[in-house]
This record gives sequence, C-alpha cells and structure tokens, in this order.
Amino acid sequence: MATIRVQAAAFDVGAEISALTAGRADVGGIGCFVGTVRNTAGGRTITAMTLEHYPGMTERAMAEIAAQAEQRFALLGCTLIHRVGRLEPGENIVLVLATSAHRAAALEATAFLIDWLKTGAPFWKKETFADGAAAWVAAREEDDAAAARWGGA
Amino acid sequence: MSSAGTARLRILYFAWLRERVGTAEEEVEVPPGIATVADLVAWLKARGPGFAAAFTATKTIRCAVNQSFAGPEAPIATGDEVAFFPPVTGG
Repeated sequence: MATIRVQAAAFDVGAEISALTAGRADVGGIGCFVGTVRNTAGGRTITAMTLEHYPGMTERAMAEIAAQAEQRFALLGCTLIHRVGRLEPGENIVLVLATSAHRAAALEATAFLIDWLKTGAPFWKKETFADGAAAWVAAREEDDAAAARWGGA
Repeated sequence: MSSAGTARLRILYFAWLRERVGTAEEEVEVPPGIATVADLVAWLKARGPGFAAAFTATKTIRCAVNQSFAGPEAPIATGDEVAFFPPVTGG
C-alpha cells in the first residue's frame, strides 16, 4: 500500500525515506524526486505559488496511479506527498519515492509517477509575481507528452 | 427527491473557473433534457455573464463526474457531483 498525502505542511525527505524502508531488507534501490518552487517564470520573478486541489478526487486519483506503478514496476513501496496552499520559492511542493529490488524499476517508476502527477491529478498552481500580479499557470503540452510516453495510465 | 425529469446536481468549480463563476460549489436543479456534460455546460452558460465568461473557452475546461475525469458526452444523473476546472498543473 502506497503512502498518499495531500498537506499544507512541508515534508522531510529523509524521514519519509526512513519510514518507507523501515524494517525492509529486500529493498535494493530507492527512487526519489522532489519538486520545488522556482523563483522565476517566463523571465518574471515569483514571490509565491499557491496550490489548489480537488479534495477527495485528488487522493483517489493519486492512490490509483500509485497502485498502477506498484504493479507495473514491481515496486516494494511508494510514497506520494503533494503540498497545497501558499508556498514560497525554495520550498518543496511534491515528493515521489519508489522502492524496488533493483535501481531501474525504482528510477522508472519515479519518472512515471511525477509525469503522471503533472497531468492526471487535480491540482492547480497560481503564481504571484514581484509586482503583486497573480496568474494561474497554464498547462504545458510538454507535460502531456511526457505522461503520454508511458502509455494509457 | 427532485420533481419528474429534473436532476439535482452538486457542481464544483476550481481555479480560474471558480473565480469567474464566483462560487466554489452549489446545488442546482437542472431542467429535463440535461442528460450529458455538454448539455449541462450549455445550460450553465445561459445562467449569467459570469458563467458565460467562465465557459467560453470550452477547450481549456476539463470535467469530472463523481470524481472521475469525464468527456462532454458523459451522462449525468440526479445526485451526481460534477466538477469543472482548467487543465491540471500540479507536480
């Protein structure tokens, strides 16, 4: 069973890895991706990013894709944490952890999960710029292409 | 219980759709003949300027029925939760 959380609070990557691997001697590799708030977008300075989500559907969709990844890549464990609310540059946004017996499956599963999270989970980002203006982030075609390369998810 | 032919729906709006419509969620009773997501969008657009503005660019609007992604042809029925939102931008 994957660990799925949507939360306002920051997460501790080391603590999450420890929790995922505690008591497991069968793990040979841990894939890890941490998404963070960048301080620029399109050449403009960002002072904050605010994330909104669809409570209920988000957790359900994340659990479904985690279960798919566990089966497809023969994972031993998986953690998905996504933050919501107001975040500032440098803060973490999203954590993907995948454990497997061997590195290839752990790394591939991590890429699959973050590609899918960007296109299939109901989160929306709003950027606040240095001049006080704010705008919703538009979806990127590259993200759709990145998710599509894994086939129907 | 809704009266004959009408459907009672819970409708949710997210991100810029929520801002343009001016509400995050509402309970609505839709008239007979609203059988699909596309029918519902057409009905919502006629409710006022905020709705018309929100639903102009239908290509950039996504929908979920009962928390699963749904296309314009997806059927809707009384008791359903229908959500409208822009393409997702998480991760």
